[in-house]
Amino acid sequence: MKKTGRGDFSTMDSIQLLFQAPVLSVQLLLDGMLIGAIFALAAYGMALVWGVMNVINIAQGEFVMLGGYVAFFLYAAGIHPFFGIPLAAVVLFLFGWSLYKTIIFRVVDKDLFISILATFGLSILLQQLANELFGADVRTAESGFGTLMLFDGQVTVAEIKLVAFIAALVLGGLLLLFLKQSRLGQAIRATAQNARAARIMGIDTDRVYAATFGLNAAICGAAGALVSMTWIIHPYLGLPYTIRSFMIVIVAGLGNVAAVLAAGLGLGAAENFAGFIFGAEYQAAFVFGLLVVILMWRRFWLSRQRRYLK
Amino acid sequence: MVKSENKRMFLALGVASLLLAVSDTGNAKVEGDTIVLGAAVSLTGKYSTNGKNTQDGYELVVKRINEMGGVKVGGKSYKLKVTYYDDESTPARGAQLAERLINQDGVQFLLGPYSSGLTKAIAPVTEKYKIPHVEGNGAARELFKQGYRYLFAVLSTSDYYLREAVNLAAEVAKSQGKDPSKLKIAMAFENDPFSQDVRDGVIEDAKRLGMKIVIDDKLPPELNDMSATLTKVKAVKPDLLVVSGHAKGATLTARQVKEMKVDVPMIATTHCDSAKLAQTMPAESEGLLCASQWDRQLSYKDKWFGSANDYANRFAQEFNYTPPYQAAESSAAVLVYVDAFTRAQSFDKDKVRDAIAATDLMTFYGPVKFDKTGMNTSKPMVLYQIQKGQYNVVAPSKFASSKLEYPRKLPK
Amino acid sequence: MTATVKRLLLYTVIVAVALAAPSIAPDYRTQMAFLWVMIVFALTWDILGGQMGYNSFGNILFFGVGMYVCAVIQRDSSLGYYPALFLGMGAGALAAVIFAAIFGSGILGLRGHYFAICTLGLGIAAGEFASGWDYIGAGSGMVTPIFPGEPGGREKFFYYVMFALAIITFPVLRWLYSGRFGLALNAIRDDEDKAEAMGIHTTRYKTTAWCISAFFLGLTGAVVGNMIGFIDPRDVAFAGPTFGVWMVLMAILGGKGTLWGPVLGAVVFHITQEVFWTYLLGWQRVALGLLIVLIVVFFPLGILGWARERWPERFGHVVEEKLDARATE
Repeated sequence: MKKTGRGDFSTMDSIQLLFQAPVLSVQLLLDGMLIGAIFALAAYGMALVWGVMNVINIAQGEFVMLGGYVAFFLYAAGIHPFFGIPLAAVVLFLFGWSLYKTIIFRVVDKDLFISILATFGLSILLQQLANELFGADVRTAESGFGTLMLFDGQVTVAEIKLVAFIAALVLGGLLLLFLKQSRLGQAIRATAQNARAARIMGIDTDRVYAATFGLNAAICGAAGALVSMTWIIHPYLGLPYTIRSFMIVIVAGLGNVAAVLAAGLGLGAAENFAGFIFGAEYQAAFVFGLLVVILMWRRFWLSRQRRYLK
Repeated sequence: MVKSENKRMFLALGVASLLLAVSDTGNAKVEGDTIVLGAAVSLTGKYSTNGKNTQDGYELVVKRINEMGGVKVGGKSYKLKVTYYDDESTPARGAQLAERLINQDGVQFLLGPYSSGLTKAIAPVTEKYKIPHVEGNGAARELFKQGYRYLFAVLSTSDYYLREAVNLAAEVAKSQGKDPSKLKIAMAFENDPFSQDVRDGVIEDAKRLGMKIVIDDKLPPELNDMSATLTKVKAVKPDLLVVSGHAKGATLTARQVKEMKVDVPMIATTHCDSAKLAQTMPAESEGLLCASQWDRQLSYKDKWFGSANDYANRFAQEFNYTPPYQAAESSAAVLVYVDAFTRAQSFDKDKVRDAIAATDLMTFYGPVKFDKTGMNTSKPMVLYQIQKGQYNVVAPSKFASSKLEYPRKLPK
Repeated sequence: MTATVKRLLLYTVIVAVALAAPSIAPDYRTQMAFLWVMIVFALTWDILGGQMGYNSFGNILFFGVGMYVCAVIQRDSSLGYYPALFLGMGAGALAAVIFAAIFGSGILGLRGHYFAICTLGLGIAAGEFASGWDYIGAGSGMVTPIFPGEPGGREKFFYYVMFALAIITFPVLRWLYSGRFGLALNAIRDDEDKAEAMGIHTTRYKTTAWCISAFFLGLTGAVVGNMIGFIDPRDVAFAGPTFGVWMVLMAILGGKGTLWGPVLGAVVFHITQEVFWTYLLGWQRVALGLLIVLIVVFFPLGILGWARERWPERFGHVVEEKLDARATE
């Protein structure tokens, strides 16, 4: 039987190391937050679709994956993948819109569970299609960005990760602005509040839904482009993003963009620390365990008020 | 109420008849003048790229042998053919398909799947039915500790992949007048059978040389960021960093080591060629050591393909890409059968099995000679270093075509 | 013929065909054994999903637990093959039930999609945890002992074991649903708050229902681990994206909330899958994804549900035609 372990590095050793060298914590925190920024992007979209259309999109991660491939193909064609961010957003917007018009519109007014299962089927379809068409190879796009050095080289920040972070902030801000100021944004908010009333007031809720779904796909697509430059992409990378965006939305609630960002950054940081302390093999178990705990805690807290999570 | 009961009854009967109707008589193992071999390969799923390499490797030999007149047994020439099924990179499926090949299709000679996991699932099946199983892509050492008599592997087992890196580090230390047992090793492995075997080999050799393992991490399975591990590595300053996580591990290592400015004098990994490191990331991967089962620059030769380089050219001509070692070792597996059929002068599976066990063959892939457990103990693993975008063999010194660049300089 | 006699005849025919099947079509033994596995999957999911209204994406947890517990017992006990196997099966089922009781008490308090996603997370976490734990082989998985006996014996044996498991599960569920238990479950599904207000101990019923699913799934897991021979934590034992999802799908396909629905769904799904595998090589998973979308979007009531809408008389519903005419007056 093989021995577990991190050689001479047990959990206690890892924790000790953090105390001995506080600069390590800075590195872990920064890295974690930067990773979390991308989750936050996926979460914005999930919150939007859930809040407005009452659909939980399990294929969220697949939109990220597809966005990544758009950027990759751009890169393979000789264009700098940075342009993949807006291009992926546009391509995925159209894709999301068409998906809505063909499939999603049929599940919008049905049971929430039906939407979960339908989007789950969609996620499998997209993953496997990607595998057939693009191959299962891991790909990556070279952004050519460098590394920032802080604290005398002890803390490094990959510039591309910083770009992702800034993108998350900017997109969050833009989203907020869009929802508040633009006509379509207001229409979306009205539909979210009361679809029937919105319809009576003359809003074409079907178009609103299509736009919302498209917007969600666009945001995920942009996130995907960032992923392809920061790490790697492959057809099966989606599910972790879906799960994490769901977790973030549960913690942050549906309405608050800033809360979603904060929760995303927090999750990324927590996960990174957990990986460092407990070992990466338990990182995923930690995340899902956290999901279970958060839900159970939420339910407990609500039940004390004699309510339950609806 | 009456009718619904009838409906269900008919449905049940209908299902049963459907099952019966679809049953096949199966092919005989030798169809006319063609010997049929069988293989479950991963055409879809996470191993689909290497699964295709495997299939292409098999097909190239089939084509070549048939071109050269086939296999002569009992005075008659037989063509080769391989029946394929897609195991979807899933062990359960692989085992089912092996049974289908043996029971329904009547295949008597199996070629292996891609990956240790799949080979582990299929081996008990071939052993149960006493069907020879020659494979080139299941390197898990555990496979050879089960007492199987019908399993033969042409490749070096996985625990050998990175032992050379440890030994090389020791050699370098000695040449600089340092004590090898003072070396510190940091490692990160993916949590799958292959990578864990690679880890076992590294640990064994490290222990043998008295070295200290300061970090022993697993790579996060779904997320693609190893910064937590690399943060530790920077803190601890090891002399050797070893990572094995298939193509993903190789890509991440190259990129994140550069991004985080992790300055380790020797870094070794696996699957650099699958990840196309030298082609897509030549600057970041400069100086990395890569394990390989085979390289076209090695001086092996055989009567079917000529030299290793000739094989590579022929493969590239046929399939439009350079063969990774996964393809080469698959081809070698088919060559073993060809050689065994010729020596046994029979298609009786037990006679063929005994002939395989007695193999002592030189191929473009390297020497093949099986020990009692079915492992190919005569072929060494090689280590390349990526130098200026080229994979140059640097170890073992016997086969080295280039000199090791040490210490590894961090790319800008 | 009375309804009861017809039903008995139907069952007899099914059992007879099933018993003879391994001899008639020996090449398909493993596939047929998996048919029974699928039926148990669908039936056990439906207890919670169809009858009780709690859609679980994490039932795979019990399957995997049963599989591992049995394999560990087979590995570590010094008993002979069959005693170890049966002991392992029993222990696996028991362990699964314990897990259901423990997790159930917390998670079953969640409603609707929260429950669904929480169980999804649970299933995935279990797989991740199992791939990190060396005692059960971590990422390398475990191997179950080789079946003693001649080639072909293993498939036959496990086919009968799975068949037995399936034909025990069915009447047990039928009996449960026909009594108070079934009524309580349906009440929870229809309106949990009212049920609670009427004095039904919903928590107790919910947990018991999950424990029952766990019991049968644990047994199934133990058997399947031996059928396949190799246990991979994420692809075989806690195979959420495959087995875990199919459980849900089959029940919906056939018509959830009924007894025969899941069985029908399992049969149709399994055969379709095998056909896809053989003829759509390379595209079978894509086809599967498409199938899921189509089923869920166009046939959310499943085959039986659709049949019930189409021919309500056959299901015992009486349609008042005259009511329509009167309504237009």
